Amino acid sequence: MIRVSDLVVSYPRSGRNAVDGVTFVAARGKLTALAGPNGSGKSSIVRALLGRADVVKGSVAVADSDVRTLSLTELARRVAVVPQREETTFPIQVREYVGMGRYPHLGLWRAATKVDDTAVTDALGQAGVTDLADRDTDALSGGEWQRVRIARALAQKAPALVLDEPTTFLDVAHEMAIFELLSSLARSGLAVLLVSHQLNLVARFADTIVLLNEGKIAISGAPTDVMKADRLEAIYGWPVVITRDPAIGAPALVPLRRPLTL
Amino acid sequence: MTRFRGWYWLLLVAALLGIAAIAVARGAVSVPLAAVFAALRGRGDPTALAIVRDLRLPRVMLGALVGAGLGASGAALQGSLRNPLAEPYLLGVSGGAAVGAVIAFALGFTSDVLVTLAAFAGSVGAVSVALAVSRVGARGARADLRALLIAGVIVGAFANATIMVALASAEPNTVRGALFWMMGSAADANWQRVGWLALSILAAGGALVYWAREIDVLSLGEETAASLGIDAEKSGRRVFLIAALLAAATVAAAGLIGFVGLVVPHIARRLGLRAHRPLIVASGLVGATLVVAADLAARTVAAPTELPLGAITALLGVPFFLVQLRRSA
Repeated sequence: MIRVSDLVVSYPRSGRNAVDGVTFVAARGKLTALAGPNGSGKSSIVRALLGRADVVKGSVAVADSDVRTLSLTELARRVAVVPQREETTFPIQVREYVGMGRYPHLGLWRAATKVDDTAVTDALGQAGVTDLADRDTDALSGGEWQRVRIARALAQKAPALVLDEPTTFLDVAHEMAIFELLSSLARSGLAVLLVSHQLNLVARFADTIVLLNEGKIAISGAPTDVMKADRLEAIYGWPVVITRDPAIGAPALVPLRRPLTL
Repeated sequence: MTRFRGWYWLLLVAALLGIAAIAVARGAVSVPLAAVFAALRGRGDPTALAIVRDLRLPRVMLGALVGAGLGASGAALQGSLRNPLAEPYLLGVSGGAAVGAVIAFALGFTSDVLVTLAAFAGSVGAVSVALAVSRVGARGARADLRALLIAGVIVGAFANATIMVALASAEPNTVRGALFWMMGSAADANWQRVGWLALSILAAGGALVYWAREIDVLSLGEETAASLGIDAEKSGRRVFLIAALLAAATVAAAGLIGFVGLVVPHIARRLGLRAHRPLIVASGLVGATLVVAADLAARTVAAPTELPLGAITALLGVPFFLVQLRRSA
């Protein structure tokens, strides 16, 4: 479980706090979504979780331990993070790549054991990328690469999983496949915290949505409570209507046209 | 992509031993291979014994150690800096070593030990300055590891300027000595030097092999490294420092031998290696083979004139690198 309490994060040479008094919980067995416009503080919360941002006040706790009291290795055993960006200067075999998720569990000689091998095999299976194990990371499509990255995080065997915009640049099918995967991971007992711009998908899959605006929580709760046209219009500064998606009746956001007046 | 097979290790070791045997046998005076092996066991006529054990063997071993050190250092730096163009010489190591040696020459020191020490001190100094510059560049905030690369290039350029100023007013003898050293050579090999270099390479190379898994994770970028329990900045600096010391030890032993640290890791990757633990070891083997071969060429191609070893490796390395660049584009 991830607990964010009254968190304040600020960057040097910046007027306002990037995150300004945010409190929420990402519980085990639930898919919690962190949404909001660009610059609303979503990624700063992820950075604070990894100890890579200046926390002015409040805390981020994973499994009841404040992340600042944990070593990076201890933290990596409690929460697996799939960051937004990752570098692939030197391609590597998928199985080896997923094996890096075992790094926080390796012993003094950093040698992989049977337990590590099993964890990697399990993770490949869970993420549905067993077939890709022998491929190289530069021979994957965008959708395959994201699933492989999730497999790497699953190999960490942490009870909490955090993903920062995992479906950017993916087409509809691959995007849906990732959301289905995250939803089933949450149902299997993980605490899944998803940072996403895709309000409509989040509304269909998430148990809780935490909607941020300018570093503060604008609304949080079940999708039906959060997806209100007036609130979303105010936050995004664009006219919208809320309808129901025809498949399962989840609230869906439709941004309206607003032609430029020249 | 090629897959690395277990027996490739045998191939790499056999290539090194084979080229080393030829390098011991060939030269101004050729010794038949049978006599070489006899001399290694302490048998045969005194002349062959002296040539093999006192002249050729230390030279070949020095070349092999220099190549191994540069190859391993290059592999570690490319991975941790996430830059296929990184190499120890780009990071100020060579420039600093040259400044140290040239200053020693200019002050009139001719003793082998003093020049070596001065070169080593020079590279360590340059690397420290590069580290400090990259920190200033980041204004105290978390430094991007790649700022180090730029800092190294800047320190190297400054070192070159210093050398030119020092040599402008130097005695012709000083200039010749400094120049010979800057061109790189394994000619001054002796067992003492081989021993020191072997120790340094064992220590620093072993440390790099130990931290190799961290380099794997570092190569994914700082955020991913952090999510896997690694402080990318601290860990990156550690790898940088060890790799720089490794390269500095080789520079102090044999002068500047360029392009080995840049090219060798690419050869090892072409064999199908990706994870850094085997990659660093294989780079050491390939680097050793390459420098022993280049030194053999330096001694024999234009005999009796000896060509500068550093020029040979650059002549081999530049075209290879251009081909590599074209392939990856």
